[in-house]
Amino acid sequence: MNRGKISIYIIVIALFLLFIVLSSAIYTIDMTQQVVITQFGRPIGDPINEAGIHIKMPFIQNVTYFEKRLLEWDGNPSEILANDKKFILVDTYARWKITDPLKFFKSVVDENGAQTRLDNVIEAATRDMITTNVLIEVVRNSNRKMAISEIEADVGAEAVVDSIHVGRTKIAKRILNASKDKVNEYGIELVDVRIKRLNYIRDVREKVFERMIAERLKIAEKYRSEGMGKKAEVEGEMEKELQQITSEAYRTAQEIKGKADAKAIKIYAQAYERDPEFYSFTKSLESYRQTLDEKTWLILSTDSDYLKYLKDVNAK
Amino acid sequence: MQNAGRRSVNLGGEQFQIPPISKNHIIIGVVVLIVVILLFTSYYTIKTEEVGVIKRFGRYTTTTMPGLHFKIPFGVETVTKIKGSRFIFREEFGYRTAKAGIRTQLTREVNLLSESLMLTGDLNIATVEWVVQYRIQDPKKYLFNVRNITKTIRDVAESVTRQIVGDHSVDEAWILSRLEIALLIKENMQEMLNTYKTGIVIENVELQDVNPPEKVRPAVNQVNEARQEMEKLINQANEAYNKVIPKAKGEANKTISQAEGYAMDRINRAKGDATKFNEVYQAYRLSKDVTKRRIYLETMSAIFPKIEKKYIIDKDQKGLLQFLQLQDRGGNK
Repeated sequence: MNRGKISIYIIVIALFLLFIVLSSAIYTIDMTQQVVITQFGRPIGDPINEAGIHIKMPFIQNVTYFEKRLLEWDGNPSEILANDKKFILVDTYARWKITDPLKFFKSVVDENGAQTRLDNVIEAATRDMITTNVLIEVVRNSNRKMAISEIEADVGAEAVVDSIHVGRTKIAKRILNASKDKVNEYGIELVDVRIKRLNYIRDVREKVFERMIAERLKIAEKYRSEGMGKKAEVEGEMEKELQQITSEAYRTAQEIKGKADAKAIKIYAQAYERDPEFYSFTKSLESYRQTLDEKTWLILSTDSDYLKYLKDVNAK
Repeated sequence: MQNAGRRSVNLGGEQFQIPPISKNHIIIGVVVLIVVILLFTSYYTIKTEEVGVIKRFGRYTTTTMPGLHFKIPFGVETVTKIKGSRFIFREEFGYRTAKAGIRTQLTREVNLLSESLMLTGDLNIATVEWVVQYRIQDPKKYLFNVRNITKTIRDVAESVTRQIVGDHSVDEAWILSRLEIALLIKENMQEMLNTYKTGIVIENVELQDVNPPEKVRPAVNQVNEARQEMEKLINQANEAYNKVIPKAKGEANKTISQAEGYAMDRINRAKGDATKFNEVYQAYRLSKDVTKRRIYLETMSAIFPKIEKKYIIDKDQKGLLQFLQLQDRGGNK
């Protein structure tokens, strides 16, 4: 019994020691990680970036983990004077990854160290690029023809006519290329640099606001006068059409009447011409009937056809 | 006996410290503990809209679909649950909906303004508020290629939006080409996210509000007012036009119709008169002298009775004038 007990204790202790040794020798690497093995703080062998379970020398070797994924870098907004003496705030971002953990470990130790180097390198490159280009090169990306509303074109809204030669994307690319080689020695691959934000500094911004306000007011004024102009135009048109309509109607009416009169005259003439004497005779008599009334004084000579028999039965 | 003792030791350091009360108790306790740990670490459920990414010793093995699944316990296999490709994530720029927490809290106003203020291609300033909706298309890429994907999406969105707006005039951004701009942002974002191998698909980009900056807004409102005023003036003029012209046209037609009536009247009368004259003349021609006399005498006999003052004067009478004057002075009264 005693001997058995002792052997159990021995086995227990042995297993315990084995456990300790194994847990120090075995390590796992995640999909997102890569490692550098160090021995007494000195890197040993090649970095390992294959995910899974791995073995190292227990106790004397240590594992330092590094990110394998794409990492962020966010620059501080900095005031930069563009080539056309305009102060702008430029805010960049970058994406990078640790491609050589050994170099990385030796030169910048950890991500904090890397961020500082990236700050220096990218911000310097950004400054260089912006100061050698005019503002519009950084704002625009192509020479795409921009539309402005018609009325604004009329008031001469300040449309940018300067064409660009480089453009925003290419400037960002140049910043990337300029920085890339410099961070290579830190085991860092700079994947991308982009201009995130771009703005006028406060003073300039106020001036731009003022200019925009002035432009808008000009446009408003334009609209107002345009409205009045259009109104007058329509009113004039109306007046004209009115005159045209009434005068044309008058003309047509007169033509119709004239033609009718002419035709009537012709008809009368045709009829009466057969015996003008008879016409004037009948017309005169008809006229007498209508015009002579009780107030008329009629003085007739016995000479007249009507009364001639009064004096002479045989009158001719 | 020995077997049971070994197993209790097998579990290692922790068990070692506890003073054994009785061997049986320890054995039962250890067995129960093992069973419980096995139970709790060997299964997992994936909810409907999720997928599970399985890693063995940190190495990717498989992706599992919704449902109940088993895995090797004791941390050998681990599961990371993420939203599947049907779940739509949403990132807002320049504004936040009320319920969006966490990021919203800090330094709100200034932060949001610097997010939305941007330069347009004609060097004006616009505030642009937009929203990006995306899905995780490839969970493996999503988890293993990029750290802090949300930040990446936000950075990409801000950069791309400014690039696109920077190539448009302020008018285009405000009114003219909003849909086009949103589409360009979507395409460019997708392209960049692909080069970063994020496993993200941009579902939609929507421009919410594109406005002039706060300070310029009253002036822009004035433009709108002026435009409305212009339209009102034009409408008024058109209204007057539409009121006056049809009426004038109607009146013109009336004038013409009247003239036509007149013409008809004239011609008909002329024709009537002519016909009458012809008829009469035809008859008259047959016995001119008698008819003439008859007409004359008939007329005279019709007129004569009506006239009150008739003077018959002998054809040899002289001094007619005197006589008339005399009559006029005395007789009429």
